[in-house]
Amino acid sequence: MMKSKPDEEDYWNSSKFKAFTFDDEDDEFSRLKESKQAVNSIRRLVEEDDDEDDVEKVSWSGEPVGSISWSVRETAASNQRTDREPAFPKINADTPTVSRSHSGYSLSSLFKGETALSDSSVRLYAPELRKPKSEYKDYVSDWSPEETVHRMQQGKAVSLEKFRSLQDKLLLLDFSISAHDGNVITAVTLFTITFTVLFRELESRQTALRHFIHYLTETRDQRLLLELLRALGRTEDIALLQYKEHLSIADENKRRDFLKSCLSLPFSPEDSAHVQDHYTLLERQIIIEATDRQAERGGKVEIFQKFPRRASILNMPLITTLYYCCFYHYTESEGTYSSPLNVRQTFRISEKQFFVTALAARAKLKAWVDVDALFTSRNWLGFTRKKSPLGFHRVVDILQKNSAPTQVLQEYVGLVDDAELRISLAQKHKCHDIIINTYRDLKDRQQLLGYRGKVERGSVEERKINELLDNPQIRWKN
Amino acid sequence: MAAHLSYGRVNLNILREAARKELREFLDKCSGSKAIVWDEYLTGPFGLIAQYSLLKEHEVEKMFTLKSGRLPSADVKNIIFFVRPRLELMDIIAENVFSEDKLHSSREFHILFVPRRSMLCEQRLKEYFEFHTSYRFVAECYLENDQTSLYHTAKGLMTLQALYGTIPQIYGKGECARHVANMMLRMKREFAGSQNQILPVFDTLLLLDRNVDLLTPLATQLTYEGLIDEIYGINNGYVKLPPEKFAQKKQGEASKDLPTEPKKLQLNSAEELYAEIRDKNFNAVGAALSKKAKIISAAFEERHNAKTVGEIKQFVSQLPHMQAARSSLANHTSIAELIKDITTSEAFFDNLTVEQEFMTGVDTDKVNTYIEDCIAQKDPLIKILRLVCMQSVCNNGLKQKVFDYYKREILQTYGYEHILTLNNLEKGGLLKPQTSSRNNYPTIRKTLKLWMEDANEQNPNDISYVYSGYAPLSIRLTQVLARPGWRSIEEVLKMLPGPHFEERQQLPAGLHKKRQQGENRTTLVFFLGGVTYAEIAALRFLSQMEDSGMEYIIATTKLINGTTWIKSLMDRPECQTP
Repeated sequence: MMKSKPDEEDYWNSSKFKAFTFDDEDDEFSRLKESKQAVNSIRRLVEEDDDEDDVEKVSWSGEPVGSISWSVRETAASNQRTDREPAFPKINADTPTVSRSHSGYSLSSLFKGETALSDSSVRLYAPELRKPKSEYKDYVSDWSPEETVHRMQQGKAVSLEKFRSLQDKLLLLDFSISAHDGNVITAVTLFTITFTVLFRELESRQTALRHFIHYLTETRDQRLLLELLRALGRTEDIALLQYKEHLSIADENKRRDFLKSCLSLPFSPEDSAHVQDHYTLLERQIIIEATDRQAERGGKVEIFQKFPRRASILNMPLITTLYYCCFYHYTESEGTYSSPLNVRQTFRISEKQFFVTALAARAKLKAWVDVDALFTSRNWLGFTRKKSPLGFHRVVDILQKNSAPTQVLQEYVGLVDDAELRISLAQKHKCHDIIINTYRDLKDRQQLLGYRGKVERGSVEERKINELLDNPQIRWKN
Repeated sequence: MAAHLSYGRVNLNILREAARKELREFLDKCSGSKAIVWDEYLTGPFGLIAQYSLLKEHEVEKMFTLKSGRLPSADVKNIIFFVRPRLELMDIIAENVFSEDKLHSSREFHILFVPRRSMLCEQRLKEYFEFHTSYRFVAECYLENDQTSLYHTAKGLMTLQALYGTIPQIYGKGECARHVANMMLRMKREFAGSQNQILPVFDTLLLLDRNVDLLTPLATQLTYEGLIDEIYGINNGYVKLPPEKFAQKKQGEASKDLPTEPKKLQLNSAEELYAEIRDKNFNAVGAALSKKAKIISAAFEERHNAKTVGEIKQFVSQLPHMQAARSSLANHTSIAELIKDITTSEAFFDNLTVEQEFMTGVDTDKVNTYIEDCIAQKDPLIKILRLVCMQSVCNNGLKQKVFDYYKREILQTYGYEHILTLNNLEKGGLLKPQTSSRNNYPTIRKTLKLWMEDANEQNPNDISYVYSGYAPLSIRLTQVLARPGWRSIEEVLKMLPGPHFEERQQLPAGLHKKRQQGENRTTLVFFLGGVTYAEIAALRFLSQMEDSGMEYIIATTKLINGTTWIKSLMDRPECQTP
């Protein structure tokens, strides 16, 4: 049976674990805290002991002592030392290695006679693996295609020369494919392919084809690979493969010219549009970069002085480029390459993406007027109202990330439609007015009373709440 | 050190021992003193089977990391390169060897390719060494640990059968599964005449192709171990964690200098507490830790009751064990806190909500606002791709309009060069435009009960607890195979890609198991193309269910999660800035 309650209480009070209560609280956090406390109090109890007392020894780098990666570092380190101190009289350079690698782990192995047996304390039965009989049949020659493939799988010498006719070669190829060993397939394919002639044959043997393509990719034999793909009619693969080359071109002008040459490649219609955009973007980035670098160096343009550019815009993604343009070139007319509106039009950027990007860029500059203008639209009566292609809670989120002041935040928090979301956001950003007004609109007297306790004594907010609570015209729901 | 491997039903130490034996034999083949030059990537996997001490006993005197330039000096007869078969590594080896040439003419060089040698690499080396025939290169195949090639999987399974007996029944689903089974049967014919006389440990082998279940790895794993992997990444049983929570605060000592190096921890079942909580849903981990804390505190309290010298002695003798338990509890409490910070964040919750909407089939045919917002705020591309692929898989392909929209937003925001990555995902079937108007995912979901309302996270009664509602498709297939059998789901099996099949392997007379009443059967489940920690947890859960009557052993080509998986399909992922 369990101890009776008072007993239990006594028990805990008598021990050192006062702070450590088990109130059977189901809260996850307090549970973790609990076990952490227990751990800490126990630590105190056994303080005199070494901290790393158990399981395994660990070196400074955190590797277990004696593990392979630890030893690699250790032996290498000791080796370096001998390299580094050539001026010292030569005291046996190996000594540090020996003493160090024995540290902590296998002092005992110094005393062991039969080294071969000492590696495992428990000897286990590890049976010999049987070998297929074909492995014993090594000294006959004149192999059939099937046998040849088997020998290749075992890594033995074979001669493929005797497979001369096309038919023999294809037979050999088919056996290698059915063996599913990539090494063999590649070897046989390389042997059988007297190029272009056999491309056709490969097409009906997809596995061999895959391995061959892999081989050509790895050996970077671009020319042959393209030739093969062309013969097979895999035009989209060719296009992508060639397009990929641009990644290895560092010079931006060369890269641009290369991308231009890619435009005529047989991409799928969708990809073709994307590659076109890629080219247009880089072309534009090169122009903007040149102009802006000059403007920055000239020291005449204020924005570059106030916010020096951190990196070049070359090869940045489109949206990053748009952000850059919204940051440095916001007011430019639509005619220039760097005008945000021009970028938006040219690349068909969605309204939402454009909006988010412009918002973030202008908020970063604390250009609240621009931010405000982004939302403003006039209806037919000439009244202005705020409209946004994305939820106002996301707007608040973006503004807050760019450290907008409370006044600005408040305006947008107030525009959040959902009352609950509005309150939680308002609480997060300390927009008292919004909270108070929302409770008033909800006619929630209880919540308002509760909130009064949270605002400062004698503040404007408190007065406002009191006025509302005393207002006889409001019909409270509770 | 590896005692935990022997506890289970199948003694995995045999496998480890066989690998060690092969390694010893290889080392002894190169007689005389040796230095090993490591491909750094391999030190982890090798650490699983051998310690430095074993290498030393076989005359390995020095170890270096493979780097270009000159080899560090070492007075040894043999230099052995342990490398993966990668072309760029061959270039480094060649550089090393050439710079060595004039100094030690009698030195021998060897290369050990892990997991297998490759024709391509040998060719590359030949280019370098055509005129240097004095070098003797020994190329050996070794250690099938991370191999996707089907041939080597089949070979690995043959090795497994040589050690644990012929597996009488083979089931499989998917193209690759079919190939592997075919190769195994062919290899078996080669052994004809010499019968395997070992009593079979496994009753059934199930081969599952990752292509059959593209959905599961995309979902966020919600088990303790799964979350550790999702957030911090587990490599060869080790995890690196931010150090702040692990700072040792001693009494009276201000914690002014926080450690800056990441804290590296080993995670395996040898640690009692970890074995207990690794497969739990994360929401059940807090309770388990607090329970453990009570037990440990109570154990330490025992000292108050120890009155006689004998009792005190008894108490003291238990201290080391108790301290180990305490330190383990401390570590896992810190890890749980780190994870809790993330799982309670709004971002995590929103992401999970969208995943669950997709998995239950809500609005998978429309552009998702959350994904749109994530793109707008430039969240990491991998996160976006994971969600978009998930939507595509759950809708049997995206509507052309939706597909085009996502593609455009991604290219505009992350760069046009990602056309190549999107193309790879398309080829892998993860992201595609809808070809037929019929979306059969709802049928699959209902038939296989992939979504369970009110999954019990604390005391699970179904595998769906590992994803808090979603039951991994791969594991459902495994479960149904055991009972009532695949015949009951023929229709759904046909909707999933690739063939399904059953093969039998004859056992020699006398090796047929005489099953005791109530004795469990054992199935080896082989995941071709990777498996997640949550799937493993679900399988272990099935093993433990009292009435399942089935034990599962898991084998795979690699451990994956959504992030590592998508990364492997990306074009030049190393260029991604997060």
